[in-house]
Amino acid sequence: MELFLQFLFSGITVGAIYALIALGFNIVYNATSILNLAQGEFLVFGGLLMWYFLEKLNLPYGFSFLLALGATGFVGLLMERFTIRPLQKTADPLLLILITIAFSILLRGILMFLFGKDPYGYRPIDEGPPLIIFGAILQRQVLWILLFVVLTLIFLYLFFNCTMIGRAMKACSVDKTSASLMGINTSQMVMLSFFLSGIFAGLAGILITPITFIEYDKGPLLTIKGFTSAILGGLGSNWGVMAGGFLLGILESLIAGYVHSGLKDALALLLMLIMLLFRPAGLFQSAEQARLRKL
Amino acid sequence: MKDTILNPNTKTYIYLLIFYIVILSAGFSIKDPYILTIFVFAGLNALSALGLSLLMGLAGQISLGHNGFYGLGAYLSAILSVYYKVPVLLSIVIAVTFTSLFAILLAIPALRLKGHYLAVATLGFGEIIYLLLNEWGPGGPSGFGDIPRLYLGAIELSSPLHFHLFVWTLFAVAFFFSLNLANSTYGKVLRALHASETALRTLGINIVSLKVKIFILSAFLTALSGAIYAHFVTFVSPATFSVFYSVLLLMMVMLGGIHSLWGAPIGALFITFLPETLRPFKEYDILIYGLILTLGLIFFRKGIIHLLEVGAKRWLPFLK
Amino acid sequence: MILMRLCLFLIFLFLFHVATYASKEPIKIGAILSITGPASFIGEPEKNTLLLLADQINKAGGINGRPVQVIIEDSKSDETQAVLSAKKLIERDKVVAIIGPSTTGESMAVIPIVTQAKIPMISLAAGTAITEPVSERYWIFKTAQYDRSAVEAIYRYMQKKGIKKVGILTITTSFGDQGRKALLELAPKFGITIVADERYKPKDKDMSVQLMKAKNAGAEAIINWSVGPEQVIVVKNWHSLKLGIPLFQSHGWGSKKNIELAGPSAEGVIAPLSRIVVWDKLPDNHPQKKILRDYYMAYTARFKTEPGTFGGHAYDAFMMLVEAIRKVGPDPAKIRDYIENNIKNWPGVSGIFNMSPKDHCGLDHTSFEMVIVRNRDWEILH
Repeated sequence: MELFLQFLFSGITVGAIYALIALGFNIVYNATSILNLAQGEFLVFGGLLMWYFLEKLNLPYGFSFLLALGATGFVGLLMERFTIRPLQKTADPLLLILITIAFSILLRGILMFLFGKDPYGYRPIDEGPPLIIFGAILQRQVLWILLFVVLTLIFLYLFFNCTMIGRAMKACSVDKTSASLMGINTSQMVMLSFFLSGIFAGLAGILITPITFIEYDKGPLLTIKGFTSAILGGLGSNWGVMAGGFLLGILESLIAGYVHSGLKDALALLLMLIMLLFRPAGLFQSAEQARLRKL
Repeated sequence: MKDTILNPNTKTYIYLLIFYIVILSAGFSIKDPYILTIFVFAGLNALSALGLSLLMGLAGQISLGHNGFYGLGAYLSAILSVYYKVPVLLSIVIAVTFTSLFAILLAIPALRLKGHYLAVATLGFGEIIYLLLNEWGPGGPSGFGDIPRLYLGAIELSSPLHFHLFVWTLFAVAFFFSLNLANSTYGKVLRALHASETALRTLGINIVSLKVKIFILSAFLTALSGAIYAHFVTFVSPATFSVFYSVLLLMMVMLGGIHSLWGAPIGALFITFLPETLRPFKEYDILIYGLILTLGLIFFRKGIIHLLEVGAKRWLPFLK
Repeated sequence: MILMRLCLFLIFLFLFHVATYASKEPIKIGAILSITGPASFIGEPEKNTLLLLADQINKAGGINGRPVQVIIEDSKSDETQAVLSAKKLIERDKVVAIIGPSTTGESMAVIPIVTQAKIPMISLAAGTAITEPVSERYWIFKTAQYDRSAVEAIYRYMQKKGIKKVGILTITTSFGDQGRKALLELAPKFGITIVADERYKPKDKDMSVQLMKAKNAGAEAIINWSVGPEQVIVVKNWHSLKLGIPLFQSHGWGSKKNIELAGPSAEGVIAPLSRIVVWDKLPDNHPQKKILRDYYMAYTARFKTEPGTFGGHAYDAFMMLVEAIRKVGPDPAKIRDYIENNIKNWPGVSGIFNMSPKDHCGLDHTSFEMVIVRNRDWEILH
């Protein structure tokens, strides 16, 4: 029992990280149908900037937090302005995905230039000893991550359903032409979505660094995990991708615990592949829903 | 147009012949084994990229899992020749055949998926192969070496020049057949796949079988390239066959130009030589590399091949 | 007056000519290092060390009056790139010897090329296969200790403390894999049973599961084999799980940065480390002390950071080559012979080398000190 709980907590820790990345993916995907594969680099950017503000400039925790968030959001804006917008007209989804990959390589180069290759870390939000629940141990930072995941979901729900701007964004994702006929500035909406995804990636980076440390080339593998989670849960739905993240994390952890740690990634991926074949739209929505959501 | 007696199909074959001759004579005139080695890697990449280009350009399917085929080809051939003492040429044939068969298993279910879902399914496949090579491949993550070199009859391919001639000849042959395929009715049907699946379905064309066939061909070419890689470098480790190879291939195909098969060799040559020319920038080459890729995709979105075509039309009017 | 000026001018011209003549023909040494990519934590200090040493040697007049030029290529921790780098160094730059590559995989990929070109190579990686079998590795040396020497140092210590059951955690890179093989292979010799053999991937985020499994399998100690941020995550997980059994790390643990990153979690972690890490705690009469101090001081003064274990490998490789070239001239075959036969009782940074036609590494487990982290500092265990 204790062992199982420990495996579960470990899975939740990793899953919470995946969930945060997957959410960032989903925001951009919902607004633009683009998969932003530079998401992992945004995240690294957030973590490294937080380190810079906190440890190098000795700014207060909360202030560094906000600064780092704003800065990653700004990088999202820049990316949209200089790479996505010039290509919007071609509307070739493959080209748009590739440009995000190319940009991620560029961003990685910049990060290496600015911060070097060392891993960085800083203190967690709450420095108390880890929690012990029925003999299993859970780091406090994980609770904070869970809190932020919930806050993010509530924020996104309110934003997309109760604010004018959020509804406009939603309208864009359903049908761009109609939306623009209704007087919505669609290119501003795309820009906003990249800003938001930058902020959420930054949030993820800031929160996970005390647990996993961060270095300039951590991005690609985080991107792949986040991407897998998003597909697993079903792109399009915020709740779905979040659940996908936790599911993947817990799955990996249980496989490592009960099967073998050397096979955890391969088996988790295999399960995902099998699932994809039976439920191509993700675990939590039917193909019908997915089609309605997009198209 | 009036004065030419050649139809466009014949012309592409002439271009291929010219390209082949140019590449071969480059091999003979370049004495520097370092440059030749880059050419060999470029040729191997071109072979893989051709496979991906067929899949993407003709069948309109995306794959992020070609690193899996590349790795399977390399590992199988290496294992057969090192541990089972199979003669090298035979080991390559077996490895490539087996990988192609394996591709069927993947293609039949996976090709039901579309767009992002196909991308993630192939990504998952490539990752699984990579992880299994780590776990079960001889030598584990450290890989294994002393893989025998390639023999053609009694000639051992030992120098980069030998490999250069061999790889690019292989490429030319593969390209010849690919052009045939692209220009055949079959190829036209495949191109139409892009436009409308429903229309094809109403015509009674079996789309799935077409897609599967092209997928297998694509896997075949990439596996072949991987197998030759193993016998050229004589050492393999899983790191070479990670998902980053698939991303690299994707870059080659897109930057070279997806609307023409010519994009594959052009993109492969460009992407393989680029980091080598960036060596003077030391470790900051990744910055410049990323910048060039980003700008390239923004400004030459139809690929380098499009630039060449436009340039040729403008400056070499007799080609019309 | 004019004549005198002319004379002076001619003298200057002559001196200038002599000076340029002396500096015209540098001796070229190539280096293939993983400066970027996953193994960059190894390549970076190696690069710095070579830059530092080349400047020192040239400032002191070069080798036999000729300056030395180190041409450093970044292999991006990638075998294909390492092969291309080797080709470039040999064919383009015509180097007399090659230092590196930094990792075992890259070294293995480069070996056929340097062997064919008959250029001596001093690898900076640990893998046993790099220099063995020696009969097939005529041109290859290495200055990094064998993984099994580090394992042996740990196992000897465990034997002394009566630890019999261990759980091992290794990372699925060539570094972790080499360590894992050595750990499994040597365990029986020291009466040790491996009760858990767990693995994790680079960039994994939490290793609690692996640690718990090892503990539950009855391990009396844990050995973790990895470098980079993952090994610090293991330390943090080990600390927060309060496992109550000691944690051993590989020789890749020897960097103050790791202690900084792990914070209080690092207290009590034990590892076999190169003496460069604990040079200030060695007795003054230790044969390596002076070399270690000079290297440490010069390195930290220039790069504002510690050299760590890996920089030392590059130091030894470079100094061996300098000594060989000084004695026998820049001739690849003679350099090889010199290193094989004349590096005896040779104090370097990583240990005291004894090369021979049977051993192209020349270091054993005595080149390590067992070191524990106490009060955020290293302490030698005796």
